[in-house]
Amino acid sequence: MINKNEFRSPELARKIAQKIGKLAPKDEAVKFCHVCGTHEWTITHFGLRSFLPKNVEVIAGPGCPVCIVPAAEIDEAVQLAEEGVVVTCFGDLLRVPGSQMSLLEAKAAGADVRVVYSVSDAVEIAANERDKDFTFFAVGFETTAPSTAVEVLGKPPQNFSFLVSHRLIPPAMELLLGLGDLNISGFIAPGHVSAIIGLKPYELFPRVYRMPTVVAGFEPIDVLLGIYMLLKQSKEGVAKLENEYTRIVKWEGNPKALEAIHKAFEVIAGNWRGIGRLPDSALKLREKFENYDARQKFNVHVEKGKDILLGCECHLVIIGRINPNECPMFMKVCTPSNPVGACMVSSEGTCRVWAKTRAK
Amino acid sequence: MCLAIPARIVHLEGNSAKVDFGEGVLRDVNVTLVDAKIGTYVLVHAGYAIQMVDEKDALETLALWKEILEAEEKQDS
Repeated sequence: MINKNEFRSPELARKIAQKIGKLAPKDEAVKFCHVCGTHEWTITHFGLRSFLPKNVEVIAGPGCPVCIVPAAEIDEAVQLAEEGVVVTCFGDLLRVPGSQMSLLEAKAAGADVRVVYSVSDAVEIAANERDKDFTFFAVGFETTAPSTAVEVLGKPPQNFSFLVSHRLIPPAMELLLGLGDLNISGFIAPGHVSAIIGLKPYELFPRVYRMPTVVAGFEPIDVLLGIYMLLKQSKEGVAKLENEYTRIVKWEGNPKALEAIHKAFEVIAGNWRGIGRLPDSALKLREKFENYDARQKFNVHVEKGKDILLGCECHLVIIGRINPNECPMFMKVCTPSNPVGACMVSSEGTCRVWAKTRAK
Repeated sequence: MCLAIPARIVHLEGNSAKVDFGEGVLRDVNVTLVDAKIGTYVLVHAGYAIQMVDEKDALETLALWKEILEAEEKQDS
């Protein structure tokens, strides 16, 4: 059996940190970017930044799928709830601010909003309560989309529908490179998105952008090895696509999951909170499933919402331009118990992770 | 949200499995997306197994890394 403590071994971590220290350039700064809330959690929770030389920085990109759901799509969920549809969702989503209110506020005002652990739970509840309409607010990256797809393809009951807000990670990574002034020297690619999509979608980063890219897992040793592999590439002056997380991530990803996604969804442009519209970055139910598409079924279409409140700097945190503690609201007006911006809401939002582990 | 945890398949019935996360409590997981077999490890995300865990690879990777790091250490010294 795999002992996860082996991937948390302080002794091995120190050894890798020493290597990192030796490999790090002496006269220039390097900045690596990850795009996964779970990576940020591992890095912050285990204090991995304190292991790194001062000139090796790791920043968090748009890796929290809850944080980047635009207010307009929260508004759609709230509208459905207010119209009497039971809205089911993951717990992280409840407090994400919409333009007027969050789903939690809608629930407090009397709407039926229920937290589920899995989309299959939502389908089961709907099957047991046929007298009500149910929708599942489907949020998440490629890791989560396959489970939604399985339920779409599994002929859910007629009183069930999906409010799909899934987003795709590679287009967001490409956007970060387009920003230019972030000066990223390498990507730590997200292990569990990659479990589904495999390595191929990242090929363009080393090939077109000369950007070293390493898929890494989520234990401290995984992340440190990822950083080590990126530094090694930098030192050798090469840009390659490498896989640190071989126990989970295969070149082809998970073909069954990819097929399910393809059957259920088409890829369209999508809005990202704090970022804007990205081409080919969102999923929409295919036409033959439009009876299950909550937007079609209940004619709910919100085009524009209020994504960022005045003074909130989530839009800069999301793309890694500033650290949470550089936002004037951080831990003053905006706290985990009273979040202002989306990044403070989800347990994987960068601000929330920092607030919980290194509030200063 | 992309949090996913390895678990061992204990019982299998069609596309539904009971898995053990190592805490002794068995939980139901949908295994439509993987080639599940009793005794193997799967990566579970939000009630779905999304990938097989390559146990052998995990152990070999660790051993290999230790070897590489030690070899480099010798080179350095």
